[in-house]
This record gives sequence, structure tokens and C-alpha cells, in this order.
Amino acid sequence: MNSASAPSKLYSNDVSLLVVLLDANPFFWASSAAASGDSASQHHPTAVLSFSKLLNHVIPFLSSLLLLNQFNQVVLITTGVNSCSYIYDSEEGGAESATGKVPAACSKILLRLEEFLTKDRLLGKDPDKAVASSVSSLLSGSLSLALCCILNSSTKCFFFHSYAGMVDLLALDFGVDIQRIFRSGTRHPQPRGSPDGPEQYVAVMNAIFTAQRSMIPIDSCVMGVQHSAFLQQASYITGGVYLKPQHLDGLFQYLSSVFATDLQSRSFLQLPRPAGVDFRAS
Amino acid sequence: MAVITMLAKYKTTVKEPGIPGVLKMMEDVFSFTPNDPRSAKKLKVDFRNIKGHKFSKDGSKQALLNLTQVPEKGGGYIFEFNNFADRNVCRDFVGKVLGKFQTLTSEQTDQPSSGKVTASEKATASIEQLSTKEMEHRMKLLREDSELQKLHKELVFGNVLTESEFWATRKALLDDDSDRTLKQRTGFKSAMLADIRPSTDGQTNKVTFSLTPEIIHQIFSEKPAVHRAFLNFVPVKMTEKDFWTKYCRAEYLHRTKNSVAAAAEAAEDEELAVFLKHDDILANEARRKIRRVDPTVDMVADFSDDYIHLSVHGILQDGNKETIDSENDFAKRTLAHDVNRHATVVLEGRALDIELRDTRAVAEALARSKEASSVDTSDENANLGRQERAVRMTELEDLQASHSLPYASLCIKDPREYFDFQQVNALKALGGTGSRTIDYSLNTEDAYYYLLQQISEVKLQGVHNPVVQSDTALKVLTGLTQQISSTRYNLGKNPQESVLDRFPKRTKDEIMLHWMSIQELLRHFWSSYPITTAYLYNKVLRLKSAMADIYQKLKAIKDVQSDFRHQISLLIQPMLQSLDAAFAHYDAEEHKHSTKNGARLNGFVQ
Repeated sequence: MNSASAPSKLYSNDVSLLVVLLDANPFFWASSAAASGDSASQHHPTAVLSFSKLLNHVIPFLSSLLLLNQFNQVVLITTGVNSCSYIYDSEEGGAESATGKVPAACSKILLRLEEFLTKDRLLGKDPDKAVASSVSSLLSGSLSLALCCILNSSTKCFFFHSYAGMVDLLALDFGVDIQRIFRSGTRHPQPRGSPDGPEQYVAVMNAIFTAQRSMIPIDSCVMGVQHSAFLQQASYITGGVYLKPQHLDGLFQYLSSVFATDLQSRSFLQLPRPAGVDFRAS
Repeated sequence: MAVITMLAKYKTTVKEPGIPGVLKMMEDVFSFTPNDPRSAKKLKVDFRNIKGHKFSKDGSKQALLNLTQVPEKGGGYIFEFNNFADRNVCRDFVGKVLGKFQTLTSEQTDQPSSGKVTASEKATASIEQLSTKEMEHRMKLLREDSELQKLHKELVFGNVLTESEFWATRKALLDDDSDRTLKQRTGFKSAMLADIRPSTDGQTNKVTFSLTPEIIHQIFSEKPAVHRAFLNFVPVKMTEKDFWTKYCRAEYLHRTKNSVAAAAEAAEDEELAVFLKHDDILANEARRKIRRVDPTVDMVADFSDDYIHLSVHGILQDGNKETIDSENDFAKRTLAHDVNRHATVVLEGRALDIELRDTRAVAEALARSKEASSVDTSDENANLGRQERAVRMTELEDLQASHSLPYASLCIKDPREYFDFQQVNALKALGGTGSRTIDYSLNTEDAYYYLLQQISEVKLQGVHNPVVQSDTALKVLTGLTQQISSTRYNLGKNPQESVLDRFPKRTKDEIMLHWMSIQELLRHFWSSYPITTAYLYNKVLRLKSAMADIYQKLKAIKDVQSDFRHQISLLIQPMLQSLDAAFAHYDAEEHKHSTKNGARLNGFVQ
């Protein structure tokens, strides 16, 4: 853990609020699927994952988080090309219908994802054809959404507990905020230049510094061929974990062993660190 | 002195006349040979059997020295000498030897590990004369420095090095300690104890002043007129006691604020008047200081420093403002005067370093130091210097050219980040060329369609069960563990931490101890070459066996399977290499030696 931004709060329990940012950039996923179909020898066999497989790992991960602690909360936000939106919030009540083989929460997620994608497509003003590498997903937007959610929900949760007459009112750490960002591999490999859209640099940095101030660690899990400079910086500055998994088949294992750790445990757990941080702005 | 030879008479009891002969004392034995060769009373006794020694007082009838034996044997050897001087010489010698033996034996009993009887070997081998003081010194050093003690224990009691060899390289330690006196100059106390308060006896009219040399020193420093008076008057005009009596009387008069009485007494006694008048030496000094004031606002002195002549300043010690009788001209010493004078003296520091024994010595020493300091100040040079400074200080900054020196702006960044960053770049450069850049141009529609299709696929199939295959999971976990525990990320991150600190404590201590032992052994080893005597040869053999031991131990450490194996082996490698070099040298020398001997044997013709 980098001491540059080590949280000074003392966490007295392991309740966590997790906000997951899922990158649903269709161009990336489609192109990676095409690439993997094309010439498997060129790419590393486990360098890309199909979107369905990704969902197969992510959704159980969210459920497992909810299992870890009764008070854990999970929020899922997707990052699209033209918009970002909340997909799932575990605090929400409401009628959940289990459809077929899929558990209730899962089906809700999938439904919402579909709606989001259709909306996103409608919002797009781009030409019909686009080069996959030039379209970047709105990382800054989803970061902002996530931060709003967290900062909003921390106060909300406090009131909730005081209203319910909880004995342990002093557990202000309840709002202990963990935010994990899922950033699926972004660009297609370019020798120079980050996969993240350079036009978003300022906005992303703003979001990162906000997170740093509020002591919200940003963890990153990057798939794809190249490292993401933005996310490296984000994790470094806020004291989170940056990981680029080697074996994407076992993505769930990565998620549950590294990213499921709550902040209290991080004080005595050793988590993987990157060899260096790329501080370039491009 | 290794041997003492003295004429003495040997007797078994005090009353006996004694057998005249020659007493010879060496480090470990003493012998007595009677003058008469037919006598049977020849003695040769080992000092180890002597427990202690007794002697008669200087000035008594006989100069006796009694060497008492260990309790088992009982009795003692009594020697009578011709004079006390001889006896004392022998007595000191015996004392030293016994002291040496005693400390050696006490060391022996402390270290039960050395089961061998090495004391005798050591005692005979060491030719040096050890005083008890030096032994104490060594013990103290060993006690204070635990590392030194460990080394000492290992080497000396492991019979590898002798005491003398061990300490031969550490002369600096021994010498330093002995004259570590406190060099700090203590200054005067800031409390004004020169203001002597007498103790009054409530019953009688006597007032007692107590003066110590310290107080006297302070008085002389603060009141140079009193100092001058002392030098002049004592012992010429009056004794010291009288002088101080007069001084105390003057002080008392001051205190009682009775200026009329003071005037009266001063008229009678001119010496007393000296004490009551203004301290003219001080006044002169103050005037001189003021003259030397730097016009460029140097706050060394200004005219208010001449506090002696300021009559309206400060709190008058007696509270009323009487006009001074000009002809008496007594010092209206105000509290401010005293305090200021005291403060000046304290800040100047103590001029003398000597012990204060008696007043005369103090006065003279102070006078000497004052002379020395006054000689230095030569007005001529001082004036010139002051003028120069005045010129320099009065320069007008507006008229000067601008002094804009080129400077490099300070940039404080963690350099390690730069290097990490470079490493990342290097990795990227390496990795970037591996994969081909294939850009796909896609139809937007198609892209979205693909995603939606994927989602519906999940809907249909549901989440896989199990989510992850167990072997994949295992692979992931081991990979993560390796990555986390790799020391690559820990090295160089923390400037205060060294590689040694990351080892478990025991390993670290072991390695350090071995390192120190190797240093010591190698030092002795290399200094023993070229081998000229048998002693050196034996020493080299001993050293070699000790080094071989350590070599084995180091190898064992290196082979231990642990997380830090790589670091440990990196650390140990140089140690092993140095030992290897030593062994190689030894073998080469042996070989040379043996070939030389062989040649001689072959060509030896008797």
C-alpha cells in the first residue's frame, strides 16, 4: 500500500460499501471478441474475455460481497460510450423476480444493462462506423457518479442507523467506502499513448483527487493488452490496488481474493502492487 | 620489569633471624637462593599458589613481606628486606602479579565453556605486565560493548587468539578511555551568589560570612578593583583573613544602607574605602567600550552601558535618593549595577580552568589571564577594521547594480518514482513490440448488437457453476502470492530500511557476529604473514581452524531454504570469498614451504 495516500481513519469494522464501475464499451468488447476469434496465436489466449464470461465472474463476485457481511452494500455503475448509469444497488428493495435459471438480482442487473445499452445507442451522435481504438468510454463520468453515490450514501446510511435505533451509533465508519472500479481493457494496443482518452484527463484527475480527499480508495482491475495510466494513477494516489490479471479464466478468484478485502483488513494484508506508476497525462 | 632480584632474608616466622639470600621474582614464579650454598632452604614457588601478601608498615622495625599461601597449604613465606624501599618494590611487583592472576582466574570461572586448562598456557605465553587498572579497564570495555564481549568470548576463550593479540589491535579503545576527562568548561552560576548573605546569630551581634574559593573566584571576576586590591594588599599589608574581613564589612555597610557610617569608617580605614568606592577599573573598561562603538549600529555597547555613572537609572538599593557627598564619592551601587555586572561576567564565561585551591592562586591566575587578553586588543588595528566596516555598511543599495545570480530552482521529488517510471516505460517498450496493432473498424450497430447478444446469452445460460475451475483458481492464487512476496517491490522503497532489517532477528545477529569474527580473524591472519617464527605458525594454524569452522557455518546458513535466500546468499558471498582467499594463500604458502623443505631434504648433505 503506498503511504502517499494511506487512509488515516481507523476502521473498526469490516463493513464496506462497494461501487463497481463496469466498462460496457461495445466497441472494445466487440473488437476484442473479433480479435480473439481472428488469430488466437497473436494474442495471449487469456488476454481477452468475452463479455458474457465477464458477467459470469462479476455477478457472483457481487453476490459474494453481499455474503461477507450483512451490512455490505454493492452498487454497480456502467460506463458506456455516451453515458453512464446506475445499474444495481443492493440497498434497493423492491420486487425481485427470478427468471428461469438466473437468480433475482442477476436478472435485474441484466435487464438494466440491456436498457442502458439501448439508451446509450440512441444517445450516440457518432457516425455509424467507428474505429474501435478511438472510442473511449466515459471514465470520468462514471467516477463522478460513483463518488456522488458514495458520499451521498454515507450520510444516508448514518441517518438510517440512527433512525433504526442501533446501539452502536458511534460506528461512524459504517460509511467506510470502498470503491472498486472495473475497467475492462480499454484500447487496442498502441505503443505510445494511453488507452484512456486524453480529453478526459482533467476530469478524471479531478475525480481522483476528490476520492483522495474523501479517503476513498480506487482499485483497478484492468483487462486488455495495455496498462491504463489513468487507473494506475488513480490507485496510486488514493491508496488502492491496481491489478492486471494474468489468468482471466480465474477472474473471479482475483476479484474475491484481492478486491473483496475491506479497508480494515487492508492494514494487515499485503496486496499486489504494480512495479511502477505511469504518470503521463496522455 | 619482568624480573626483580633483591637481597632478602627468608624466614618462616617473624621472630627468626632469617636466612640471607637472593630473592628473585618473575612473572609466575619466585625463587630464593640462600647465600650459603650448603643450606637446604632453596625455594621456588609458583605465584599461583600465593593467595595474598602482607607487609609490615613503613617505619616499623622490620621491612617484612609475607606471601601467604593458598589455604590448603597453609603458612607463608616471610622475607625480610634491608630497607623499606626494596620491600616496597617487591610488594608492588607481587601485588601486580597477584592481581593479574586473580582477574584471570575470575574470568575463567565466569566462562565454564572453556574446560581446558588454558590459564597456565596463557600465563606463560603472555609476557606483558598487566596492571590491575588496565585489567579493570578492559573488563569495563567488555561490559559496555556487548558485541566486543561476544567476539572476545568466542575468540579468546575458544583458544584462537590470546588476550594480548586481541587487545593489540584495540589500543585506541584503551587509550581513549583513560583520558576521557570532562572537557566541558562550566561557567559561573547565574545566581548572584557574590552577593554574600551573612548568617546572623540572633543572640550575639556577630555576623558570619562564608566564602568558598568558588565565591572568591566570582568576586574577583565581577569586581576587578577588589581583585587589584587583593593582589596589592595581601600578603604585604594584611593577611587574607583581614582582607576578607574588611571586604565583608564594606558589604555589610552597603547592606545596612548607612551611608554616614560608611563614610565615617572609610575615613578611618583607607583599605575599607577601596571597597566602598566606585570600581574604577570597571569604569575605565566601560568608557573604553563606548569609545569603540561601531557607528554602523553595532550593538556591542552604547552609552547606557556605562551604568556606573548613571545615577538616576534603576532601583537604588537603599531606596532613597540622597545626594552623594562628592568628596567621599561612594559607590551608589544599585541593584541594576550588580545584576548587569554579574550577567556580563557570567556570559563571558569562566576564564580559568584550574581547580580553585586557595585565594592567592586564584587571584594570580585571574590576573594572568586578564593580562593575556588585554595584550591582544591593539587599538590601531581595531580602529582600521572598524573604519573599513563602516564604509562597507554605508553603501547605498539603490546605486548598486542588481545582483541577479542565476539559480536553479529547487525541486524535491522522490527520485525513486522516476526510476520506477522508467522501468515501466522500459517494460512497455519491450511489451509493446510483442503484440501487433490491429485496428478494427466496426459498425456501431454491430457493436451494440454484439453486447446485447452477450447479455441475453447470460440470461439464457445463467451463471456458470462453478464460477471458476479449481485448478485455475489455484494458479491464480499462487501467482498472486509470488507477486506479493517478491522482494522486488520492497527493495529500495524505504531509505531507512536495509536488507538486513528484513531478515528475522536471529539470522541477522548470526550474520553480524560471523562477519565480525571473520574481520578479526582475517586481520590477524594476514598480519601473521610472512611466517617467521613458530609462534606465528601456530597462530596461523589456530586461525585457520577457526576460519574453517565459520566457513562451514556460513555455508549452512546459505543453504537454508527461506524467503530471503537470495539476499542472504548475496550477503554471505563476499564473506566466503574472503575466507577462500585466505585459505588459498595459506595453501600456497604451505606448498612453497614444503617444496623448499623437500628440496632441502633431498639436497641435504650431512
